[in-house]
Amino acid sequence: MSTALLHTVPLSGQVINLCAALMLLLGFAMLAQRRVLSLINLFMLQGVVLFASTLIVALTTKQSHLLYSAGLTLVLKVFALPYILHRLIRKLSVKWDVETLLNIPTTMLVGIGLVVIAFNVAQPISQLSGTITRATIGIALACVLLSFLMMITRSKAVPQVIAFLAMENALFFAATSATYGMPMVVELGIALDVMVGMVILGVFFFHIRQQFDSLDIRHMERSKDA
Amino acid sequence: MTEATSMLALVLATPFVTGIVLALFGHRRSAADINAAGSLLTLIAAALLTARVISAGPMTLFDEQFFVDPLNVFLIALTALVGFTTSLFSRPYMRVEHDHGRLSVLRLRLYHSMFQMFMCTMLVALSTNNLGILWVAMEAATLTTVLLVSLYRTPASLEAAWKYFILCGVGIAQALFGTILIYFAAERVLGPEGGALLWTHLDAVKSDLEPTVLSLAFIFLFVGYGTKTGLVPLHNWLADAHAEGPTPVSAVLSGLLLNVALYAIVRCKVLVDGALGTHFAGNLMMAFGLLTVVVPAFYLSRQKDVKRLFGYSSIEHMGLITFAFGMGGAVANFAALLHMTVHSLTKSAIFFAVGHASQMAGTQIIDDIQGLIKRSPTIGWALMLGSLAILGMPPFGVFTSEFMILTTAIKHYPWATPILLTALGVAFAAMFGKVQGMVFGEPTVRPLEHNPALLPVFVHLGLVLMLGLWIPPYLADWYRQAARLIG
Repeated sequence: MSTALLHTVPLSGQVINLCAALMLLLGFAMLAQRRVLSLINLFMLQGVVLFASTLIVALTTKQSHLLYSAGLTLVLKVFALPYILHRLIRKLSVKWDVETLLNIPTTMLVGIGLVVIAFNVAQPISQLSGTITRATIGIALACVLLSFLMMITRSKAVPQVIAFLAMENALFFAATSATYGMPMVVELGIALDVMVGMVILGVFFFHIRQQFDSLDIRHMERSKDA
Repeated sequence: MTEATSMLALVLATPFVTGIVLALFGHRRSAADINAAGSLLTLIAAALLTARVISAGPMTLFDEQFFVDPLNVFLIALTALVGFTTSLFSRPYMRVEHDHGRLSVLRLRLYHSMFQMFMCTMLVALSTNNLGILWVAMEAATLTTVLLVSLYRTPASLEAAWKYFILCGVGIAQALFGTILIYFAAERVLGPEGGALLWTHLDAVKSDLEPTVLSLAFIFLFVGYGTKTGLVPLHNWLADAHAEGPTPVSAVLSGLLLNVALYAIVRCKVLVDGALGTHFAGNLMMAFGLLTVVVPAFYLSRQKDVKRLFGYSSIEHMGLITFAFGMGGAVANFAALLHMTVHSLTKSAIFFAVGHASQMAGTQIIDDIQGLIKRSPTIGWALMLGSLAILGMPPFGVFTSEFMILTTAIKHYPWATPILLTALGVAFAAMFGKVQGMVFGEPTVRPLEHNPALLPVFVHLGLVLMLGLWIPPYLADWYRQAARLIG
């Protein structure tokens, strides 16, 4: 970025861009992380970054409802969900599980390709947006696609769910950067869905393990259409 | 509170309250009756609401968060009706599952409670005016059905539920991004306080919305809700979820949930059409609709499980309806709405018959369910007539709607007609052969030891027959109004 351009972006904008960059970095880190425990910690860090960026947007734009949604992020994504996940992996005793991921370099390259696509897709939106965070819409979309990729490449149940939650984080980030957040009632509804979904899946893990002696999704798959 | 407000409140609150009551007392013997009573109350409230909308026209309720117009009130009534008949069917069906030891009392409690919660989420999705709440309700519907599909806790049902959750979860996340984009475009016109996610407000200003953003939003919404509708290539979850859940759940999944997801797409299409002024959304829907008609037709002949067979048939019909909505115009929309109605009624009736048939045989494998008509003529005929109806034989209503869709296609998109006809023909050949064996083959099934609930089957088939022969004028008028709303 040239110095001239830097001056046009206010400090808060720069911090938000930093947060966006961190989001993207965490997205890639999760894509390559083999340990379940570290994956949950990365997810929690993502929650912290999301909270910080929402808070800064809320303070600079004086949008009071964003303060609430920052609070919601803090409670749900930094404390509640990581806590539930930690408890789950302890109870399932998969805490020290290491997943064998094939072809991490290839996955990363595909991820870079997705980022390029995301920036291209998001360009018309960024140009129209009047928010101070408009530069980050592309990054948010890239994070969505990266979580999507993570979901495809993982074969174990817990990392798949973490990928799903990371996708929700990225969508939330997109909403904050494009429009200063959705109406409160919608955000509350989404938070409720995520929470309920997490609880249901937690129970679900135990049933899956009971039936298959493993949380590896590949053990479940049998082709029925052949 | 006006009359309509209290009606809608009743429509939404009844399943919710019944769901909670059943969560507390669902282990009692009377749970199935409470379930049916709650569904009946919902149906009565929905009928009164419908009567109100017919006489007073569209209206917004609860501080504009909810609204009813001819399009959604028709689906609300249909949902409540099929919900009620399914609850009647599930009374003897679930009792047998319990007696055969496939389900414990606690699972029955979960089933009854989640059935009502599922109805509640669908009714909220249909009646809400807020696109964000629509998304929340669709996601909640996914969660409740994940629990219902995995009810038996067998390896296959867990696999089906997991696949369902992952695919629909990812799909619906795309829909959330689409919703965010619509909000983004609308906020520039309506301002943050102007109810920028309320459909009625969006509809009023749709020509001012930014076309690029809206077309991008539609792609995301279409992929998202399309996954839930079962459109190819994101249809993988559907057949598994239908096959592994309890049969009443297959009936409501096929008959109702797919309609609700399609409804969400159609609502978004109206906005996008208004903003773009082109046939972009329609073309997209036609392309995927056509693909969704063709692909499952060729899967049908390979199915060994009877519920998977009819699951694939549902995918095919959803493709046909999507194609019809994609063509647009008064006749095609009318046909699509009619097809939604008759498909819901026929497919749920078929699942009711199939449920009893597989209980007679003790399996869902087609080759082991043979000669139904010799052991139980009513179930045999129900399955035969239902299959003939769904395959588009006159004089049933499916024939009428398919005929209208095909004639519209001949007029405006002649190249699509042979593709559609081939797919329908292949589906006919594949399905009819299998159903014929099940009904008229050498008997392998035992008679049922309980009275089957066949009244819902014949009520549904009777309605479908009536819609094929004669559509009551007020109903036709109502379809026409709804078709006009879609444009």
